Amino acid sequence: MSILRNSVSHRPGSPVDQQLEDDARTFLSGLRRAVAGGNFTDLSRPEWQSVMEFLTNLSRRRVEDGFTPSETAMFVFSFKQPLFERIAKEFANDARGFADETWRATVLIDRLGLETTSAFVKGREEIIRRQQQELLEISTPVVRLWEGILALPLIGTLDSARTQIVMQNLLEAIVSHGAAIAIIDITGVATVDTLVAQHLLKTVAAARLMGADCIISGIRPQIAQTIIHLGVDLADVMTKATLADAFQIALRKIGNGAVAVKRSQPA
Amino acid sequence: MERIPILKLGEFLLVSIQIDMHDRLAISLQDDLTGKIVATGAKGVLIDISGLDIVDSFIGRMLGNIAGMSRILDAATVLVGMQPSVAITLVELGLSLPGIRTALNIDKGMELLRQSLEEQWDSPGVINKPD
Repeated sequence: MSILRNSVSHRPGSPVDQQLEDDARTFLSGLRRAVAGGNFTDLSRPEWQSVMEFLTNLSRRRVEDGFTPSETAMFVFSFKQPLFERIAKEFANDARGFADETWRATVLIDRLGLETTSAFVKGREEIIRRQQQELLEISTPVVRLWEGILALPLIGTLDSARTQIVMQNLLEAIVSHGAAIAIIDITGVATVDTLVAQHLLKTVAAARLMGADCIISGIRPQIAQTIIHLGVDLADVMTKATLADAFQIALRKIGNGAVAVKRSQPA
Repeated sequence: MERIPILKLGEFLLVSIQIDMHDRLAISLQDDLTGKIVATGAKGVLIDISGLDIVDSFIGRMLGNIAGMSRILDAATVLVGMQPSVAITLVELGLSLPGIRTALNIDKGMELLRQSLEEQWDSPGVINKPD
């Protein structure tokens, strides 16, 4: 038990002791039941199922509680020392038997430890995947600025998967709002490489095919330099310094009627 | 054999593609439309592809060709109602159809055609504007 506690000793004050004791007890009783069948090597056998399930759940829980992978693996490995001491006591006069038993126990505990680590990694990957999905969903809003004018503020890094979703969202929004002009604002985009520029041009071309004009706004100085250095041709695309400028041009393009309405409103 | 109907709407022609295009159909549309533009003396053509879900490179090129032919025959052409998936496919195929005017729906396409006709009449080379 003290070895177990040592494995997490650098997290003082956390209420892990009680939990740790429960876990150790459950694991040991499960282990005892599993090895009673005399099978030490094949962990896919049914008698091992409850132990494996317990270890998987333990890893999941520890992922959520913020443990490191080594702390989680140490939970299993720390059973080695007491186990070996016990074996040493039982085979005090039998060197050959002691060596055999120690080897079997080492192999078994190592495999259990490895299974625990891989379950830990799997649990962590699940969380990362879920967060990635959420990020994709929240990061591509299409905003209606005016009758017939849409804005698409882009934030963060653009990769192929994201740009695909951005493109699809924008085109679908153009159809559903009947928009004539779409403003793509890239103030929040940190870097632009050839691929991103390519994607932007594709989005503009696709919007044009559907009968909507695109304006790109918010190009930062470094990005303007990169775009020219990369030799990307943005000549066919209308670019404006800020979203406000782009909005003004858009209002003028869809006709003065909208501007007149806007001015008469405060009166 | 099935054909795509070409409707006369005042001085414009309206082509509404509501079924999946196959290659033969596209070629027969090209024949029919060019013939009809000359026969009716239409000033504009509106191609509505809102019913088109799938395009390949051939159909994409045919759409471009048809628009180009209509232009030489003195009929402004507007492509309207392209689905988002079709637009993405065409761009991915490298067919961004330069030189073809597009609009979101038939209403806006018709407006665009009228505008372009008026611009033509207002240009300095034309002396007598027909009523």
